[in-house]
Amino acid sequence: MNSTAGGEIVQFDNVGLRYGTDREVLSDVSFTLYPSSFYFLTGASGAGKTSLLKLLYFAQRPSRGGIRVLGADAITMPRDRLPALRRRLGVVFQDFRLVPHLSAFDNVALPLRVAGFAESDIARPVADMLEWVGLADRMTARPATLSGGEQQRVAIARAVIGRPQLLVADEPTGNVDPEMALKLLRLFEALNRLGTTVVVATHDVHLIKKVPDSLIMRLDKGRLSDPTGALRYPPKRPAAMP
Amino acid sequence: MKQPLRLLQISSRGDAGATRGELVPLARLSGPIPWVIAIMVALTAIASAGGLALRNVASAAASELSDGITVQIVEARPEVRDAAAKAAVALLQSEPGVTGVRPVPQADVDALIEPWLGVGAADGGAEEAAVPVPALIDARLTGRITPERLAALRDRLRAQVPSARVDAQSSWLKPVFGAISSLQWLALALVLLMGLATGSAVLLATRTALGSNRETIEIVHLLGGTDAQIARIFQRAIATDAASGGATGFVAAAIVIVLLGRRFAGLGAGLVSGGTLGWLDWALLALVPLAGTLLATMTARFTVLRALARML
Repeated sequence: MNSTAGGEIVQFDNVGLRYGTDREVLSDVSFTLYPSSFYFLTGASGAGKTSLLKLLYFAQRPSRGGIRVLGADAITMPRDRLPALRRRLGVVFQDFRLVPHLSAFDNVALPLRVAGFAESDIARPVADMLEWVGLADRMTARPATLSGGEQQRVAIARAVIGRPQLLVADEPTGNVDPEMALKLLRLFEALNRLGTTVVVATHDVHLIKKVPDSLIMRLDKGRLSDPTGALRYPPKRPAAMP
Repeated sequence: MKQPLRLLQISSRGDAGATRGELVPLARLSGPIPWVIAIMVALTAIASAGGLALRNVASAAASELSDGITVQIVEARPEVRDAAAKAAVALLQSEPGVTGVRPVPQADVDALIEPWLGVGAADGGAEEAAVPVPALIDARLTGRITPERLAALRDRLRAQVPSARVDAQSSWLKPVFGAISSLQWLALALVLLMGLATGSAVLLATRTALGSNRETIEIVHLLGGTDAQIARIFQRAIATDAASGGATGFVAAAIVIVLLGRRFAGLGAGLVSGGTLGWLDWALLALVPLAGTLLATMTARFTVLRALARML
Protein backbone atom coordinates (compact mmCIF):
# COMPACT_ATOMS: atom_id res chain seq x y z
CA MET A 1 0.00 0.00 0.00
CA ASN A 2 1.38 3.38 -0.95
CA SER A 3 0.44 5.51 1.99
CA THR A 4 2.10 8.62 0.65
CA ALA A 5 0.35 8.96 -2.64
CA GLY A 6 0.52 12.74 -2.41
CA GLY A 7 4.31 12.61 -1.96
CA GLU A 8 4.24 13.74 1.64
CA ILE A 9 4.85 11.48 4.62
CA VAL A 10 3.57 13.91 7.24
CA GLN A 11 1.26 16.85 6.82
CA PHE A 12 0.24 19.25 9.61
CA ASP A 13 -2.46 21.76 8.83
CA ASN A 14 -3.07 24.59 11.33
CA VAL A 15 -2.54 22.26 14.25
CA GLY A 16 -3.14 23.48 17.77
CA LEU A 17 -2.59 21.56 20.99
CA ARG A 18 -3.49 22.39 24.54
CA TYR A 19 -3.45 20.24 27.64
CA GLY A 20 -6.66 20.65 29.61
CA THR A 21 -7.66 24.25 29.84
CA ASP A 22 -4.13 25.68 29.74
CA ARG A 23 -2.95 27.89 26.91
CA GLU A 24 -1.98 26.23 23.64
CA VAL A 25 1.47 24.65 23.65
CA LEU A 26 1.34 24.45 19.87
CA SER A 27 -0.44 27.02 17.73
CA ASP A 28 -1.18 27.12 14.01
CA VAL A 29 1.53 24.60 13.16
CA SER A 30 1.55 23.75 9.48
CA PHE A 31 4.27 21.85 7.64
CA THR A 32 4.88 18.96 5.29
CA LEU A 33 7.56 16.29 5.60
CA TYR A 34 8.67 14.34 2.54
CA PRO A 35 9.90 10.78 2.20
CA SER A 36 13.62 10.14 2.64
CA SER A 37 14.23 13.56 4.15
CA PHE A 38 16.21 14.36 7.29
CA TYR A 39 14.79 17.01 9.59
CA PHE A 40 16.08 18.61 12.75
CA LEU A 41 13.52 20.12 15.07
CA THR A 42 15.05 22.82 17.24
CA GLY A 43 13.84 25.31 19.77
CA ALA A 44 14.31 26.34 23.36
CA SER A 45 13.18 24.19 26.22
CA GLY A 46 9.40 24.40 26.54
CA ALA A 47 8.99 25.50 22.92
CA GLY A 48 6.77 22.46 22.23
CA LYS A 49 9.22 20.06 20.54
CA THR A 50 8.18 17.01 22.56
CA SER A 51 4.50 17.86 22.15
CA LEU A 52 4.93 18.09 18.39
CA LEU A 53 6.72 14.74 18.33
CA LYS A 54 3.93 13.17 20.40
CA LEU A 55 1.49 14.20 17.70
CA LEU A 56 3.77 12.56 15.14
CA TYR A 57 3.84 9.19 16.89
CA PHE A 58 0.14 9.16 17.84
CA ALA A 59 0.60 9.56 21.57
CA GLN A 60 -1.62 12.62 21.46
CA ARG A 61 -4.45 13.95 19.36
CA PRO A 62 -4.39 17.66 18.50
CA SER A 63 -6.96 20.06 19.93
CA ARG A 64 -7.56 21.45 16.46
CA GLY A 65 -6.29 21.28 12.93
CA GLY A 66 -5.54 18.33 10.68
CA ILE A 67 -2.73 15.79 10.69
CA ARG A 68 -1.90 13.14 8.13
CA VAL A 69 0.90 10.67 8.87
CA LEU A 70 1.95 7.96 6.42
CA GLY A 71 -1.15 8.69 4.40
CA ALA A 72 -3.57 8.22 7.29
CA ASP A 73 -5.75 10.91 8.80
CA ALA A 74 -4.65 10.95 12.43
CA ILE A 75 -7.84 12.70 13.53
CA THR A 76 -10.52 10.50 12.02
CA MET A 77 -8.66 7.22 11.80
CA PRO A 78 -10.37 4.40 13.77
CA ARG A 79 -8.47 3.45 16.90
CA ASP A 80 -8.03 -0.17 15.82
CA ARG A 81 -5.93 0.93 12.83
CA LEU A 82 -3.40 2.77 14.97
CA PRO A 83 -1.26 -0.26 15.97
CA ALA A 84 -0.48 -1.15 12.35
CA LEU A 85 0.48 2.46 11.71
CA ARG A 86 2.62 2.70 14.84
CA ARG A 87 4.60 -0.34 13.70
CA ARG A 88 5.78 1.70 10.72
CA LEU A 89 7.23 4.32 13.07
CA GLY A 90 10.40 4.28 15.14
CA VAL A 91 10.45 6.43 18.25
CA VAL A 92 13.36 7.40 20.50
CA PHE A 93 11.73 8.81 23.61
CA GLN A 94 13.44 11.56 25.54
CA ASP A 95 13.13 9.49 28.72
CA PHE A 96 14.06 6.27 26.82
CA ARG A 97 10.97 4.39 28.08
CA LEU A 98 12.59 0.99 28.29
CA VAL A 99 10.60 -1.86 29.85
CA PRO A 100 12.25 -2.11 33.26
CA HIS A 101 12.04 -5.87 33.73
CA LEU A 102 13.29 -6.76 30.25
CA SER A 103 16.94 -7.14 29.29
CA ALA A 104 18.58 -4.83 26.77
CA PHE A 105 18.20 -7.61 24.18
CA ASP A 106 14.48 -8.09 24.88
CA ASN A 107 13.86 -4.34 24.85
CA VAL A 108 15.42 -4.05 21.39
CA ALA A 109 13.57 -7.15 20.20
CA LEU A 110 10.21 -5.85 21.48
CA PRO A 111 9.04 -4.03 18.31
CA LEU A 112 9.86 -7.11 16.23
CA ARG A 113 8.00 -9.39 18.63
CA VAL A 114 5.04 -7.02 18.65
CA ALA A 115 5.07 -7.15 14.84
CA GLY A 116 5.03 -10.95 14.95
CA PHE A 117 8.53 -11.80 13.72
CA ALA A 118 9.70 -15.35 14.39
CA GLU A 119 12.30 -15.68 17.14
CA SER A 120 14.73 -17.14 14.62
CA ASP A 121 14.52 -13.92 12.59
CA ILE A 122 14.99 -11.74 15.63
CA ALA A 123 18.07 -13.04 17.44
CA ARG A 124 20.75 -12.13 14.90
CA PRO A 125 19.66 -8.59 13.92
CA VAL A 126 19.09 -7.64 17.56
CA ALA A 127 22.50 -8.97 18.61
CA ASP A 128 24.19 -7.19 15.68
CA MET A 129 22.41 -3.94 16.50
CA LEU A 130 23.40 -4.08 20.14
CA GLU A 131 26.97 -4.87 19.15
CA TRP A 132 27.00 -1.89 16.82
CA VAL A 133 25.81 0.52 19.51
CA GLY A 134 28.56 -0.85 21.76
CA LEU A 135 26.42 -2.95 24.05
CA ALA A 136 27.44 -6.46 22.98
CA ASP A 137 28.50 -7.28 26.51
CA ARG A 138 25.38 -5.74 28.09
CA MET A 139 22.69 -7.67 26.23
CA THR A 140 21.31 -9.38 29.32
CA ALA A 141 21.50 -6.31 31.51
CA ARG A 142 18.28 -4.75 32.80
CA PRO A 143 17.77 -1.00 32.21
CA ALA A 144 18.25 -0.19 35.89
CA THR A 145 21.83 -1.48 35.70
CA LEU A 146 22.66 0.51 32.56
CA SER A 147 24.03 4.06 32.55
CA GLY A 148 21.99 6.88 31.01
CA GLY A 149 24.05 6.73 27.82
CA GLU A 150 23.67 2.96 27.58
CA GLN A 151 19.92 3.20 28.06
CA GLN A 152 19.77 5.81 25.33
CA ARG A 153 21.63 3.51 22.94
CA VAL A 154 19.22 0.67 23.73
CA ALA A 155 16.31 3.04 23.06
CA ILE A 156 17.82 4.03 19.71
CA ALA A 157 18.52 0.43 18.74
CA ARG A 158 14.89 -0.40 19.56
CA ALA A 159 13.64 2.51 17.43
CA VAL A 160 15.62 1.62 14.30
CA ILE A 161 15.61 -2.20 14.45
CA GLY A 162 12.35 -2.52 12.51
CA ARG A 163 13.51 -0.19 9.71
CA PRO A 164 10.66 2.29 10.21
CA GLN A 165 9.29 4.57 7.51
CA LEU A 166 9.37 7.50 9.89
CA LEU A 167 11.90 7.81 12.71
CA VAL A 168 11.10 10.31 15.44
CA ALA A 169 13.88 10.95 17.96
CA ASP A 170 13.59 13.27 20.95
CA GLU A 171 17.06 14.46 22.03
CA PRO A 172 18.57 11.10 21.04
CA THR A 173 22.18 12.00 21.79
CA GLY A 174 21.71 14.00 24.95
CA ASN A 175 23.36 11.43 27.20
CA VAL A 176 26.17 10.06 25.04
CA ASP A 177 29.69 11.26 24.39
CA PRO A 178 30.41 13.15 21.13
CA GLU A 179 32.01 10.12 19.49
CA MET A 180 28.97 7.91 20.19
CA ALA A 181 26.64 10.77 19.20
CA LEU A 182 28.30 10.91 15.80
CA LYS A 183 28.11 7.14 15.45
CA LEU A 184 24.40 7.14 16.23
CA LEU A 185 23.88 9.98 13.78
CA ARG A 186 25.50 7.81 11.09
CA LEU A 187 22.96 5.10 11.92
CA PHE A 188 20.13 7.57 11.41
CA GLU A 189 21.67 8.67 8.12
CA ALA A 190 21.95 5.05 7.00
CA LEU A 191 18.32 4.55 7.81
CA ASN A 192 17.53 7.76 5.95
CA ARG A 193 19.37 6.48 2.88
CA LEU A 194 17.17 3.38 2.99
CA GLY A 195 14.14 5.64 2.64
CA THR A 196 13.23 6.49 6.19
CA THR A 197 12.17 10.02 6.96
CA VAL A 198 14.03 11.13 10.07
CA VAL A 199 12.93 13.82 12.50
CA VAL A 200 15.40 14.57 15.29
CA ALA A 201 14.59 17.05 18.03
CA THR A 202 17.82 18.50 19.42
CA HIS A 203 19.49 21.51 20.95
CA ASP A 204 22.87 20.41 19.63
CA VAL A 205 23.97 22.78 16.86
CA HIS A 206 27.10 20.72 16.21
CA LEU A 207 24.96 17.67 15.55
CA ILE A 208 22.87 19.60 13.03
CA LYS A 209 26.00 20.71 11.20
CA LYS A 210 27.09 17.08 10.78
CA VAL A 211 24.16 16.43 8.42
CA PRO A 212 24.53 19.05 5.73
CA ASP A 213 21.51 17.91 3.71
CA SER A 214 19.19 18.14 6.67
CA LEU A 215 16.27 20.56 6.88
CA ILE A 216 15.60 22.60 9.99
CA MET A 217 12.26 23.21 11.69
CA ARG A 218 12.35 25.71 14.52
CA LEU A 219 9.71 25.98 17.22
CA ASP A 220 9.37 29.16 19.19
CA LYS A 221 6.74 29.31 21.94
CA GLY A 222 4.61 26.72 20.17
CA ARG A 223 4.82 28.33 16.75
CA LEU A 224 6.81 26.90 13.90
CA SER A 225 9.23 29.06 11.97
CA ASP A 226 10.94 28.05 8.77
CA PRO A 227 14.30 29.80 8.87
CA THR A 228 15.71 28.12 5.78
CA GLY A 229 12.46 28.05 3.82
CA ALA A 230 13.00 24.33 3.52
CA LEU A 231 9.54 23.45 4.73
CA ARG A 232 7.87 25.72 2.23
CA TYR A 233 10.28 24.98 -0.62
CA PRO A 234 11.78 21.56 0.05
CA PRO A 235 14.79 20.81 -2.11
CA LYS A 236 14.60 17.89 -4.54
CA ARG A 237 16.04 14.75 -2.98
CA PRO A 238 17.33 11.66 -4.63
CA ALA A 239 14.92 8.74 -4.73
CA ALA A 240 15.09 6.39 -1.78
CA MET A 241 17.22 3.30 -2.04
CA PRO A 242 15.21 0.17 -2.71
CA MET B 1 32.69 -3.59 12.64
CA LYS B 2 29.48 -3.90 10.65
CA GLN B 3 28.33 -1.06 8.43
CA PRO B 4 25.09 0.65 9.52
CA LEU B 5 23.31 -0.32 6.31
CA ARG B 6 23.96 -3.98 6.94
CA LEU B 7 22.41 -3.70 10.36
CA LEU B 8 19.14 -2.52 8.91
CA GLN B 9 18.53 -5.45 6.62
CA ILE B 10 15.85 -7.11 8.72
CA SER B 11 13.21 -8.52 6.45
CA SER B 12 9.68 -7.23 6.61
CA ARG B 13 8.16 -10.64 7.19
CA GLY B 14 6.34 -9.62 10.32
CA ASP B 15 2.95 -11.16 10.85
CA ALA B 16 0.82 -8.92 13.01
CA GLY B 17 -0.67 -10.72 15.92
CA ALA B 18 1.26 -13.91 15.26
CA THR B 19 3.51 -13.57 18.27
CA ARG B 20 3.92 -17.04 19.67
CA GLY B 21 6.18 -16.39 22.59
CA GLU B 22 5.53 -14.21 25.60
CA LEU B 23 5.57 -10.61 24.40
CA VAL B 24 6.37 -9.10 27.75
CA PRO B 25 6.60 -11.46 30.69
CA LEU B 26 4.61 -9.39 33.12
CA ALA B 27 5.98 -9.57 36.62
CA ARG B 28 3.78 -12.01 38.58
CA LEU B 29 0.83 -10.10 39.95
CA SER B 30 1.13 -12.19 43.09
CA GLY B 31 0.02 -10.13 46.07
CA PRO B 32 -3.19 -11.39 47.57
CA ILE B 33 -4.85 -12.56 44.35
CA PRO B 34 -3.92 -16.28 44.45
CA TRP B 35 -4.96 -16.40 48.11
CA VAL B 36 -8.20 -14.53 47.52
CA ILE B 37 -9.05 -16.92 44.70
CA ALA B 38 -8.02 -19.93 46.83
CA ILE B 39 -10.40 -18.84 49.61
CA MET B 40 -13.21 -18.06 47.17
CA VAL B 41 -12.82 -21.38 45.38
CA ALA B 42 -12.68 -23.29 48.68
CA LEU B 43 -15.85 -21.60 49.98
CA THR B 44 -17.63 -22.01 46.65
CA ALA B 45 -16.67 -25.69 46.45
CA ILE B 46 -17.85 -26.31 50.03
CA ALA B 47 -21.13 -24.47 49.37
CA SER B 48 -21.58 -26.41 46.13
CA ALA B 49 -20.81 -29.69 47.90
CA GLY B 50 -23.43 -28.79 50.53
CA GLY B 51 -25.98 -28.09 47.80
CA LEU B 52 -25.18 -31.34 46.01
CA ALA B 53 -25.32 -33.36 49.23
CA LEU B 54 -28.71 -31.84 50.05
CA ARG B 55 -29.94 -32.67 46.57
CA ASN B 56 -28.75 -36.27 47.06
CA VAL B 57 -30.45 -36.46 50.45
CA ALA B 58 -33.70 -35.17 48.97
CA SER B 59 -33.63 -37.49 45.96
CA ALA B 60 -32.66 -40.54 48.06
CA ALA B 61 -35.43 -39.83 50.53
CA ALA B 62 -37.93 -39.11 47.78
CA SER B 63 -37.14 -42.33 45.90
CA GLU B 64 -37.34 -44.31 49.13
CA LEU B 65 -40.60 -42.81 50.34
CA SER B 66 -42.46 -41.88 47.20
CA ASP B 67 -44.00 -45.35 46.74
CA GLY B 68 -44.61 -46.07 50.42
CA ILE B 69 -47.64 -45.83 52.70
CA THR B 70 -47.88 -46.47 56.42
CA VAL B 71 -50.93 -48.02 58.01
CA GLN B 72 -51.38 -47.42 61.74
CA ILE B 73 -53.76 -49.55 63.75
CA VAL B 74 -54.75 -47.28 66.60
CA GLU B 75 -56.22 -49.60 69.17
CA ALA B 76 -55.46 -49.66 72.89
CA ARG B 77 -56.32 -53.36 73.44
CA PRO B 78 -53.35 -55.45 72.30
CA GLU B 79 -55.34 -58.55 71.26
CA VAL B 80 -57.85 -56.48 69.20
CA ARG B 81 -54.94 -54.49 67.71
CA ASP B 82 -53.10 -57.66 66.63
CA ALA B 83 -56.26 -59.08 64.98
CA ALA B 84 -56.93 -55.77 63.22
CA ALA B 85 -53.33 -55.61 62.01
CA LYS B 86 -53.56 -59.14 60.56
CA ALA B 87 -56.81 -58.23 58.79
CA ALA B 88 -55.25 -55.06 57.39
CA VAL B 89 -52.19 -56.99 56.15
CA ALA B 90 -54.45 -59.56 54.46
CA LEU B 91 -56.51 -56.85 52.78
CA LEU B 92 -53.46 -54.95 51.60
CA GLN B 93 -51.93 -58.12 50.13
CA SER B 94 -55.08 -58.68 48.10
CA GLU B 95 -55.15 -55.03 46.86
CA PRO B 96 -54.09 -54.56 43.23
CA GLY B 97 -51.06 -52.29 42.87
CA VAL B 98 -49.60 -53.20 46.26
CA THR B 99 -46.18 -54.76 45.73
CA GLY B 100 -45.13 -55.39 49.30
CA VAL B 101 -46.59 -55.41 52.77
CA ARG B 102 -44.46 -55.56 55.91
CA PRO B 103 -45.78 -55.37 59.44
CA VAL B 104 -43.20 -53.33 61.37
CA PRO B 105 -41.78 -55.62 64.07
CA GLN B 106 -42.62 -54.65 67.64
CA ALA B 107 -38.89 -54.34 68.42
CA ASP B 108 -38.52 -51.62 65.75
CA VAL B 109 -41.52 -49.75 67.11
CA ASP B 110 -40.07 -49.97 70.63
CA ALA B 111 -36.77 -48.64 69.35
CA LEU B 112 -38.56 -45.73 67.67
CA ILE B 113 -40.22 -44.48 70.86
CA GLU B 114 -37.45 -45.49 73.23
CA PRO B 115 -35.66 -42.10 73.10
CA TRP B 116 -38.82 -40.37 74.32
CA LEU B 117 -40.51 -42.89 76.62
CA GLY B 118 -37.62 -45.04 77.82
CA VAL B 119 -36.98 -48.78 77.65
CA GLY B 120 -40.05 -51.01 77.89
CA ALA B 121 -42.53 -48.11 77.96
CA ALA B 122 -44.52 -49.46 75.01
CA ASP B 123 -47.08 -52.15 75.72
CA GLY B 124 -45.39 -54.59 73.29
CA GLY B 125 -47.93 -57.16 74.29
CA ALA B 126 -46.69 -57.12 77.90
CA GLU B 127 -49.47 -56.81 80.44
CA GLU B 128 -47.59 -54.45 82.73
CA ALA B 129 -46.86 -51.94 79.96
CA ALA B 130 -48.37 -48.50 80.44
CA VAL B 131 -48.44 -46.86 76.99
CA PRO B 132 -50.46 -48.36 74.14
CA VAL B 133 -48.58 -47.98 70.84
CA PRO B 134 -50.22 -48.35 67.42
CA ALA B 135 -49.26 -51.31 65.24
CA LEU B 136 -47.48 -50.14 62.10
CA ILE B 137 -47.66 -51.69 58.61
CA ASP B 138 -45.31 -50.58 55.84
CA ALA B 139 -46.66 -51.09 52.30
CA ARG B 140 -45.17 -50.43 48.83
CA LEU B 141 -47.33 -49.45 45.91
CA THR B 142 -46.68 -49.34 42.18
CA GLY B 143 -47.06 -46.03 40.38
CA ARG B 144 -47.69 -42.61 41.82
CA ILE B 145 -49.57 -42.25 45.06
CA THR B 146 -52.16 -39.58 44.34
CA PRO B 147 -54.49 -38.19 47.04
CA GLU B 148 -57.44 -39.87 45.25
CA ARG B 149 -55.73 -43.26 45.23
CA LEU B 150 -54.78 -42.90 48.88
CA ALA B 151 -58.37 -41.92 49.82
CA ALA B 152 -59.83 -44.93 47.95
CA LEU B 153 -57.42 -47.31 49.70
CA ARG B 154 -58.17 -45.68 53.05
CA ASP B 155 -61.94 -46.15 52.50
CA ARG B 156 -61.59 -49.83 51.59
CA LEU B 157 -59.31 -50.50 54.55
CA ARG B 158 -61.46 -48.67 57.10
CA ALA B 159 -64.55 -50.54 55.91
CA GLN B 160 -62.98 -53.70 57.34
CA VAL B 161 -60.58 -52.25 59.94
CA PRO B 162 -62.12 -49.08 61.42
CA SER B 163 -59.06 -48.43 63.62
CA ALA B 164 -56.73 -48.15 60.55
CA ARG B 165 -55.14 -44.86 59.56
CA VAL B 166 -53.41 -44.56 56.21
CA ASP B 167 -50.72 -41.98 55.35
CA ALA B 168 -48.39 -41.54 52.39
CA GLN B 169 -44.83 -41.61 53.73
CA SER B 170 -43.76 -38.72 51.53
CA SER B 171 -46.30 -36.42 53.14
CA TRP B 172 -44.56 -36.81 56.52
CA LEU B 173 -41.34 -35.45 55.04
CA LYS B 174 -42.90 -32.59 53.09
CA PRO B 175 -41.63 -29.95 55.54
CA VAL B 176 -38.18 -31.57 55.47
CA PHE B 177 -38.13 -31.48 51.65
CA GLY B 178 -39.19 -27.84 51.84
CA ALA B 179 -36.32 -27.04 54.20
CA ILE B 180 -33.86 -28.97 52.00
CA SER B 181 -35.07 -27.06 48.96
CA SER B 182 -34.53 -23.76 50.80
CA LEU B 183 -31.01 -24.82 51.75
CA GLN B 184 -30.28 -25.76 48.14
CA TRP B 185 -31.37 -22.29 47.00
CA LEU B 186 -29.20 -20.82 49.74
CA ALA B 187 -26.21 -22.84 48.50
CA LEU B 188 -26.85 -21.64 44.93
CA ALA B 189 -27.09 -18.03 46.13
CA LEU B 190 -23.81 -18.48 48.03
CA VAL B 191 -22.10 -19.87 44.92
CA LEU B 192 -23.32 -16.90 42.86
CA LEU B 193 -22.21 -14.41 45.53
CA MET B 194 -18.79 -16.07 45.71
CA GLY B 195 -18.50 -15.75 41.94
CA LEU B 196 -19.39 -12.09 42.17
CA ALA B 197 -16.89 -11.55 44.98
CA THR B 198 -14.18 -13.40 43.00
CA GLY B 199 -14.89 -11.25 39.94
CA SER B 200 -14.73 -8.07 42.03
CA ALA B 201 -11.46 -9.12 43.68
CA VAL B 202 -9.91 -9.89 40.30
CA LEU B 203 -11.20 -6.60 38.93
CA LEU B 204 -9.49 -4.68 41.72
CA ALA B 205 -6.28 -6.70 41.37
CA THR B 206 -6.22 -6.18 37.61
CA ARG B 207 -6.73 -2.45 38.03
CA THR B 208 -3.88 -2.35 40.53
CA ALA B 209 -1.72 -4.38 38.17
CA LEU B 210 -2.67 -2.06 35.31
CA GLY B 211 -1.62 0.91 37.41
CA SER B 212 1.72 -0.56 38.40
CA ASN B 213 2.43 -1.76 34.84
CA ARG B 214 1.12 1.34 33.09
CA GLU B 215 4.61 2.23 31.85
CA THR B 216 5.06 -1.19 30.20
CA ILE B 217 1.57 -1.05 28.70
CA GLU B 218 2.17 2.38 27.22
CA ILE B 219 5.48 1.31 25.73
CA VAL B 220 4.01 -1.80 24.09
CA HIS B 221 1.05 0.32 22.97
CA LEU B 222 3.28 2.96 21.37
CA LEU B 223 5.39 0.29 19.69
CA GLY B 224 2.26 -0.92 17.89
CA GLY B 225 1.00 -3.56 20.28
CA THR B 226 -2.69 -4.25 19.78
CA ASP B 227 -5.19 -4.22 22.62
CA ALA B 228 -5.53 -7.99 22.28
CA GLN B 229 -1.74 -8.48 22.60
CA ILE B 230 -1.62 -6.34 25.74
CA ALA B 231 -4.73 -7.95 27.23
CA ARG B 232 -3.13 -11.36 26.61
CA ILE B 233 -0.18 -10.38 28.81
CA PHE B 234 -2.54 -9.72 31.73
CA GLN B 235 -4.73 -12.70 30.97
CA ARG B 236 -1.75 -15.02 31.23
CA ALA B 237 -0.54 -13.49 34.47
CA ILE B 238 -4.00 -13.59 36.07
CA ALA B 239 -4.72 -17.08 34.71
CA THR B 240 -1.48 -18.38 36.27
CA ASP B 241 -2.31 -16.81 39.62
CA ALA B 242 -5.95 -17.93 39.47
CA ALA B 243 -5.03 -21.49 38.50
CA SER B 244 -2.57 -21.87 41.38
CA GLY B 245 -5.03 -20.25 43.81
CA GLY B 246 -7.91 -22.33 42.46
CA ALA B 247 -5.96 -25.59 42.82
CA THR B 248 -4.97 -24.73 46.40
CA GLY B 249 -8.54 -23.77 47.28
CA PHE B 250 -9.98 -26.93 45.72
CA VAL B 251 -7.56 -29.23 47.58
CA ALA B 252 -8.45 -27.50 50.88
CA ALA B 253 -12.17 -27.76 50.09
CA ALA B 254 -11.84 -31.44 49.10
CA ILE B 255 -10.20 -32.24 52.45
CA VAL B 256 -12.98 -30.44 54.35
CA ILE B 257 -15.72 -32.12 52.28
CA VAL B 258 -14.24 -35.62 52.76
CA LEU B 259 -13.81 -35.10 56.51
CA LEU B 260 -17.34 -33.71 56.91
CA GLY B 261 -18.72 -36.54 54.74
CA ARG B 262 -17.11 -39.12 57.02
CA ARG B 263 -18.53 -37.40 60.09
CA PHE B 264 -22.06 -37.42 58.68
CA ALA B 265 -21.73 -41.00 57.44
CA GLY B 266 -20.67 -41.93 60.98
CA LEU B 267 -24.01 -40.68 62.33
CA GLY B 268 -25.68 -43.69 60.71
CA ALA B 269 -28.91 -41.73 60.25
CA GLY B 270 -30.78 -42.95 57.15
CA LEU B 271 -31.64 -39.53 55.76
CA VAL B 272 -28.13 -38.08 56.17
CA SER B 273 -26.35 -41.10 54.69
CA GLY B 274 -28.23 -40.47 51.43
CA GLY B 275 -26.19 -37.27 50.98
CA THR B 276 -22.93 -39.02 50.05
CA LEU B 277 -21.24 -37.38 47.02
CA GLY B 278 -20.86 -39.51 43.89
CA TRP B 279 -18.18 -39.27 41.20
CA LEU B 280 -20.43 -37.02 39.10
CA ASP B 281 -20.74 -34.66 42.07
CA TRP B 282 -16.94 -34.58 42.41
CA ALA B 283 -16.61 -33.92 38.68
CA LEU B 284 -18.98 -30.96 39.11
CA LEU B 285 -16.97 -29.71 42.09
CA ALA B 286 -13.76 -29.97 40.03
CA LEU B 287 -15.35 -27.44 37.66
CA VAL B 288 -15.33 -24.81 40.45
CA PRO B 289 -11.58 -23.97 40.22
CA LEU B 290 -11.77 -24.14 36.43
CA ALA B 291 -14.73 -21.77 36.43
CA GLY B 292 -12.88 -19.53 38.91
CA THR B 293 -9.83 -19.41 36.63
CA LEU B 294 -12.00 -18.70 33.60
CA LEU B 295 -13.92 -15.99 35.45
CA ALA B 296 -10.68 -14.36 36.62
CA THR B 297 -9.14 -14.54 33.13
CA MET B 298 -12.19 -13.07 31.43
CA THR B 299 -12.52 -10.35 34.08
CA ALA B 300 -8.86 -9.43 33.53
CA ARG B 301 -9.33 -9.37 29.76
CA PHE B 302 -12.37 -7.10 29.81
CA THR B 303 -10.85 -4.82 32.46
CA VAL B 304 -7.68 -4.35 30.41
CA LEU B 305 -9.55 -3.89 27.14
CA ARG B 306 -11.80 -1.28 28.71
CA ALA B 307 -8.82 0.58 30.18
CA LEU B 308 -6.98 0.43 26.83
CA ALA B 309 -10.03 1.74 24.99
CA ARG B 310 -9.58 4.98 26.91
CA MET B 311 -6.03 5.31 25.58
CA LEU B 312 -5.33 6.71 22.13
